[in-house]
Amino acid sequence: MAVTQLPTSGEPTRSRRAKGVNWKALQPYLLSAPQTLVFLLFLVIPIAAIVVVSFWNFNGFAMFPGFTLNNYLGIFTSKVYLATYLNTFKFAFLVWLVCLSISYPVAYFLSFHIKNPKLQTIWFLICTVPFLTSNIIRMISWIPFLGREGLINQALMGLGLTKQPIEIFLFSDFSVVLAMVHLYALFMVAPIFNSMIRIDRNLVSAAEDAGASPFQIQKEIIVPLAAPGIAIGSIFVVTLVMGEFATMRIMSGGKSSSVGYLIKNQLDSLQYPLAAANAIVLLIITLTIVFAILRAVDIRKEL
Amino acid sequence: MFKISRRNFVTGGLATGAAIAAASCNPNRGPTIITNKIKDVTLRLMGTGAAQINDIRERAEKELGFKIKMRALSTAENIQIAITQPKQYDIYDGEFFSLPLVVPSGNLQAIDTRKVKNFDKITPIFRTGELYPGARVNTSQGTAPRKVMFVKGQNSTEFATSPTDWATMIPFQFNADTLGYRPDLVNRKIESWAELFNPEFRGKTSILDIPSIGIMDAAMVMEAQGLMKFSDKGNMTREELDQVTNILIEQKKAGQFRAFWKTFDESVNFMSSGEVVLQSMWSPAVTAVKARGLKCVYARLKEGYRGWGGGLGLSKNLSGIELDAAYEYLNWVLEGWVGGFLSRQGYYSAAPENARKYMKPPEWDFWYEGKPAAIDIIDPFGKKIESQGAVRDGGSFSDRMGDVACWNSFMPEQVYLVYKWTEFIVA
Repeated sequence: MAVTQLPTSGEPTRSRRAKGVNWKALQPYLLSAPQTLVFLLFLVIPIAAIVVVSFWNFNGFAMFPGFTLNNYLGIFTSKVYLATYLNTFKFAFLVWLVCLSISYPVAYFLSFHIKNPKLQTIWFLICTVPFLTSNIIRMISWIPFLGREGLINQALMGLGLTKQPIEIFLFSDFSVVLAMVHLYALFMVAPIFNSMIRIDRNLVSAAEDAGASPFQIQKEIIVPLAAPGIAIGSIFVVTLVMGEFATMRIMSGGKSSSVGYLIKNQLDSLQYPLAAANAIVLLIITLTIVFAILRAVDIRKEL
Repeated sequence: MFKISRRNFVTGGLATGAAIAAASCNPNRGPTIITNKIKDVTLRLMGTGAAQINDIRERAEKELGFKIKMRALSTAENIQIAITQPKQYDIYDGEFFSLPLVVPSGNLQAIDTRKVKNFDKITPIFRTGELYPGARVNTSQGTAPRKVMFVKGQNSTEFATSPTDWATMIPFQFNADTLGYRPDLVNRKIESWAELFNPEFRGKTSILDIPSIGIMDAAMVMEAQGLMKFSDKGNMTREELDQVTNILIEQKKAGQFRAFWKTFDESVNFMSSGEVVLQSMWSPAVTAVKARGLKCVYARLKEGYRGWGGGLGLSKNLSGIELDAAYEYLNWVLEGWVGGFLSRQGYYSAAPENARKYMKPPEWDFWYEGKPAAIDIIDPFGKKIESQGAVRDGGSFSDRMGDVACWNSFMPEQVYLVYKWTEFIVA
């Protein structure tokens, strides 16, 4: 992008002397204006509105402008809400862990074991194929597969491995984690792959020549250099799971709840200030996690 | 700094966020041109999916001569918009239990029943609350339509306890809900709500996860088991809600529930996949399971049904020729064709005798009289849903509606209810 340099303060510009408006100097601002406006209108203002409403009074039916901390106090003093937050953390952690342990080897295989760049691209595209269908369809398609009379149970019983259908396959924590990993693993594979593919292969050869074991190579070279990718992938996965409500509801059969689902229920019951307070708390927690990840890993190396 | 009034904020927030559906609807009708031509009028209807059907819209436009726009929403969105965005609709198609929330907002105008030609054809369930002497429905609990049907005067937002000339909504469809089950997997007759917590069906039952309706079904079960007694299941105290939730959590921890459903389709899928064999259900869902070739019974339970009713309310923004058109629409809905259309899906028309004019005698006998079907029963879309000889579960109209023990409700302790329900879900 051709952005002209801003005139520095010590250097008087010709155009300023010539005319009142310096169009050249305004150019970068004009270029960034549309983006800024979009952010202001659709991100900053709505969030500001949510913050404002989260302090409003609520009498059970209607909300009134005002300032009260009751909505927040309610969240922090209630066992139910705390349990919901803990449940959300639990799933965020589990999904992150499983995503990482699947994505890291996949990315490693793609970048180090496939030598032909063309094949690499093809393999990577194959990884993305399931993502061409909608989220919801991918999630729902697990249900007939995992159910009591689903394919897995029929296969297991057909093979004589079990007599009774195994019920924990569906509508359980297991099915929630499974579906979320399926939905979000690619968001982890892509950035890790992207980091790994930039690792100088000579480093690996040098390490091998120096007698490093495969484990040492992973620990000392690959993992540190792939860290920005892992961090970016983790940010994607954690933020997505923290805000989840549809997968949680459908795959747990409504037997488990997340903060997102709690917020949705409160919206459905017209309890806007309570929902707003929960949204703000969730936002702050998620941002804290993101900042923690950014502090641990310098992702600018990646960009 | 931006000055955000409450209404602007809510409108803006909902428009950008929750109600993306709003994008498909164009609220700008431009300035109203004063003419006497009713054909220039466009009425905007908003409601849940049940009656937002193209067949109904097309027929209405043809017979009435003005345009109608319909917008199908979820129950929650429907109520939200009714309260927060009065300019978005002309006619509100909602459930009676939403009225304690919607009417105080002042967004509906009272309907002059003298201008509704077929008002006296409406079943007494709505007008007086008395279906026939001694019927259980006469003293039913919850937000019974009779409690919210009328306001005290044209400009009042206070409900009247006895009929007045000013109605909140004109009812047009209603039904009685109960438990549905798979007779081939249950192997016996289900006759009490108590069976939902029977250990015999551990891990194979479901309840609906819409707090205000789910809690009523749970209350029916607990009362049937003799665990609790309620003075009004539609208006529980905090202590009652605590107790109901504790029992629900106990049952959940014991593994009684396979899952909870929130949408119509989910309930159909649970039942037809065999994940669940006994659950609270809606009547057309039972029909849908049967349409897949599976046996499904809509149980008649000795403790009675949970009823619901839907009606049409008029926006306070309507006036002049548009208001006339809206009254014409109300009259048309009661006239019978819509009633026949909905009846053939298993709902009841609020003016049954008018609906009868548009139904074949064997259809009437099957849906309203509880008699064996003399012909194959076809739904309004041409699909066969019952074979000759079948009998409607629960029997006749008076058997089913007369046996309604409670109605879908809006509870004064709604916030606490949602809170306790969340506790149950996360437990």
